[in-house]
Amino acid sequence: MRQERNNIFENIDWILVFLFFALVGFGWMNIYAASKTEENHQILDFSTKYGKQILWIILSIPIIIIILFFNSKFYEQFSSVFYMISIFALILLFPLGKEINGAKSWFSFGPMSLQPSEFVKAFTALAVAKLLSDRQYNLGLVKNQIKAFIIVFTPAFLITLQPDAGSALIYVAFFFVLNREGLTLNYIIFGSIFIILFILTILFNYISVLLVLLILISIVIFYTVYKDGKRLLRFNWHKILAIYIVSTLFIFGSNYTYNNVFKQHHRDRFEILLGLKTDKKNIGYNSYQSELTISSGGFKGKGYLKGNITKGDFVPEQHTDYIFSTVGEEWGFLGSSLVIITFMLMLYRIIYLAESHSNKFGRIYGYGVASILFFHVIVNIGMVIGLLPTVGIPLPFFSYGGSSLWGFTILLFIFIRLDAHKNYDW
Amino acid sequence: MQKGFLLYLLITLVGLVFIGRLFQLQILRSDSYDPIHNSAVKIKYDYPERGYVYDRNGKLLVANQLSYDVMVQPNQVKPLDTLEFCSLLKINKKDFLRRYKKAENYASYLPSVFLKQLAKGDYAFLQEKLHKYNGFFIQKRIIREYPINAAANVLGYIGEVNDALAKKNNYYQPGELIGKDGIERQYEEYLRGKKGKKYLQRNNLNKVTGSYLNGKLDTLPKNGMDLTLTLDIELQRYAQKLMSGKRGGIVAIEPLTGEILALVTAPTYDPNMLVGRKRSKNSTLLFNDKISKPSYDRGLLAVYPPGSPFKMMNALIGLQENVINEQTSFKCYHGFKYGKRKNEFMGCHCGIVGRPIKLKTAIARSCNSYFSNTYKRIVEKNNNPSEGLDNWQKHVFSFGLGNYLGYDLPAGQKGLIPNGKYYDSRYRYSWNGSTNISNAIGQGEVLTTPIQLANFTAAIANKGYFFTPHVLKEVDKKPIENPKYTIAKKTTIDEKHFLPVIEAMHEVFKTGTGRWSQVKGIEICGKTGTSENFVRIDGKKIQLPDHSILVAFAPKENPKIALAIFVENGGYGSTIAAPITSLIIEKYLTGKISKANKYREQKMLDLSLESIYDKLYQKPKEIASRTK
Repeated sequence: MRQERNNIFENIDWILVFLFFALVGFGWMNIYAASKTEENHQILDFSTKYGKQILWIILSIPIIIIILFFNSKFYEQFSSVFYMISIFALILLFPLGKEINGAKSWFSFGPMSLQPSEFVKAFTALAVAKLLSDRQYNLGLVKNQIKAFIIVFTPAFLITLQPDAGSALIYVAFFFVLNREGLTLNYIIFGSIFIILFILTILFNYISVLLVLLILISIVIFYTVYKDGKRLLRFNWHKILAIYIVSTLFIFGSNYTYNNVFKQHHRDRFEILLGLKTDKKNIGYNSYQSELTISSGGFKGKGYLKGNITKGDFVPEQHTDYIFSTVGEEWGFLGSSLVIITFMLMLYRIIYLAESHSNKFGRIYGYGVASILFFHVIVNIGMVIGLLPTVGIPLPFFSYGGSSLWGFTILLFIFIRLDAHKNYDW
Repeated sequence: MQKGFLLYLLITLVGLVFIGRLFQLQILRSDSYDPIHNSAVKIKYDYPERGYVYDRNGKLLVANQLSYDVMVQPNQVKPLDTLEFCSLLKINKKDFLRRYKKAENYASYLPSVFLKQLAKGDYAFLQEKLHKYNGFFIQKRIIREYPINAAANVLGYIGEVNDALAKKNNYYQPGELIGKDGIERQYEEYLRGKKGKKYLQRNNLNKVTGSYLNGKLDTLPKNGMDLTLTLDIELQRYAQKLMSGKRGGIVAIEPLTGEILALVTAPTYDPNMLVGRKRSKNSTLLFNDKISKPSYDRGLLAVYPPGSPFKMMNALIGLQENVINEQTSFKCYHGFKYGKRKNEFMGCHCGIVGRPIKLKTAIARSCNSYFSNTYKRIVEKNNNPSEGLDNWQKHVFSFGLGNYLGYDLPAGQKGLIPNGKYYDSRYRYSWNGSTNISNAIGQGEVLTTPIQLANFTAAIANKGYFFTPHVLKEVDKKPIENPKYTIAKKTTIDEKHFLPVIEAMHEVFKTGTGRWSQVKGIEICGKTGTSENFVRIDGKKIQLPDHSILVAFAPKENPKIALAIFVENGGYGSTIAAPITSLIIEKYLTGKISKANKYREQKMLDLSLESIYDKLYQKPKEIASRTK
């Protein structure tokens, strides 16, 4: 067995590093386009958004070097510590956090603010990897499933309380990881069914949805009974009853939650997306403008720095969550497809590398990285192109913001570090 | 199944869905996005000056003047001394508040008109003090000015483009000016020029942040073209003066070119009435007057039975069809009996009883019997009245009657010239030349407009051809080249047949019904007419004073002017229409009215039919003014 050498760049996956810098670099170009003003053209002006972002990018290089400097084993051994610090940081936000846009998600250090939730993702991924890589661990057991859920959902829960439901939503991504490691698909299937039922309940009259659902269930049961005989009925009657009760309760519950627990702005977002409401001026403004901006790019785009809708600041939060609309306007179908393809390549590459790990920890962490990035891309771009409701989370490596850039950098480079030494004995 | 398969599949799926959505947004829907007309681009218009309009002698008819609108942008307004401000604008405080509220309701962050078209004096005064009032500013607008009060019906007017058109036509923005009537409408594209456009980059706060695409798309305004009309404004004004106190129309044409020298409708209005602040008040006044209809161009729109002048038409067709010749004569016994029944009789006032009447006399004395015989022969030529009438219609059509003439003004009526089919369906194929014998004397189903009659007269003066009447002579001092107006249209009548008709028309003014209106030294050819009309009051049919009609041209050799005149309820053509005609001809050909005819001028100027009109229209709703 070979020993690790001291050259920290040995064996690292240059493809991922290249994709990382490609996205960060192109992201910065678009932030520059979105936040540039007519008066100011100085790139290193740190009072501007693009000036600050370039600072974050430069500062991410020492972070990368530090990450690569540590031994792979270090991350495995200290994953619980990182995780505990993360949770502690999230709790500490409640007394000490700074409120921005209605959420107490920030620690403020003089002119700088850090958003812990952006970093916690990486450390949660480490913790999950640590838990699941234990040789004794079997995800088939409900006890173990609950352990995993607790690790995943504790940070999500704390983030929800900030309240920053968007960032908390990302933790759903860990289901991919758990599934890869043996968690039954039923969770995802049932989850999807419930989401679909929920949407149908909003879209149509909930009573009729319920009736149709009960009829469908009955048809399936009758068909099974007809095929397999009455024996089935005798042994499973309590399960069948449970199906009826759960689905009835769920529909009523959805309807109640939607109308009484959801806030008006949540309802508005749903209704606009589902086409129940049209609103170009107030709540639907973001989505409308963003779609319009992307459409205006056409096939080839208007050219870099020539996006006049971007210049006119018509899309709110364009340098952060809506940065993809700038790509759409200035780089057109070609550029925006290329960005999506770049993300796909990065994800493929991470999964490919993760699957090649002989070491379970590295593989599980890699899956965590891929799932988190994937989920971010889905939610963010889905929102910007008007396929998903408005959820304010950043586009990885692309959106403006130091915390998010560093969070994703740490997330990715820990994997690159682990990957570089996958063939060595730990 | 390989372990990583699910995530690979999902990534691929999501990637494809996203790219598909981008395809939909950026390629399928890309043309739904207008790169110029959207909220990120502001278009600033630079308005050109509208073209001037001159008459045929270079007299300025339509010019431009500046008008000053007070604008307000409510979100920039700071507390102000309302009392002083109101006194500057000459409005009261209640009015101020009402206007301010209106502007605020429209949009607080956009400028809107606060007070339209300030008087020049007020403007000068206000300009000095306006800097004290934040949010208020002056916007200059160009409006029309008419140095000569005449020909409002020809010139038309301009007004704000209506919303439907502004939406449909991509040149106009709501609130911009467009020609609404007359030549302003007809030649809008010459007159308006082309506005300049400046494309500006705008941000989400509606603030202009620079030029769009570095001004690559910007254009400069192009001034409108000046138009020279065929009108002789002095003649027009004189004719309008003669028609004051009367209702009707006069159309005068230069036969050699088809140029309209005068187009009079009476009553008319001062074109300056539709300019400036008093405009909206005046337009209600003009357009709501349903009785005297000053905004209705009688010269173009009023359809009347042509009456006796139409006899020349039948004479010409008769000669052309060879059913009569110059020597053909008919006898008249106080009228023409066209059927066996007693009431099937058309009276005649020619006064020549039982003696043979030839063409020249028939026209000069306006003998109904002669033309009834002629008409009957034309229609029944081949013992097929339907075919005969179709043939007759073909001849009449060739003079531009029975259809839109094609002149360059945006108002017109077809009139009516019936054909065989018309009576076939009405009388179920059982009719002959007697059935519609009134057409012989222009009183049957035949309907014409004054301009059609004037053109008909010009065709006679030209002995068989005419140029489509028009009012546009030059564009930017260059003569028009539109073949529609510069190529002669032939009638179906041979030149030789016009000679006896013209001789006869000459006779009318020498010895016939127009003899009292002769002008020394000018040989006028013409034909008087009257057109009967009836009104139904309380269910009873009451005959009203006849409309007075006259067509004429002069001089006999090388005619310079051909005209048709119509005076509603003016009685015999010889009493009002003839003197007015002779005055117009004298004025046009000699430039003045000779001493000997001054009395005639005075008489016509003084003559008013208002008392008759007042009587007629006591019950305006029950009027059905239509000749039998």
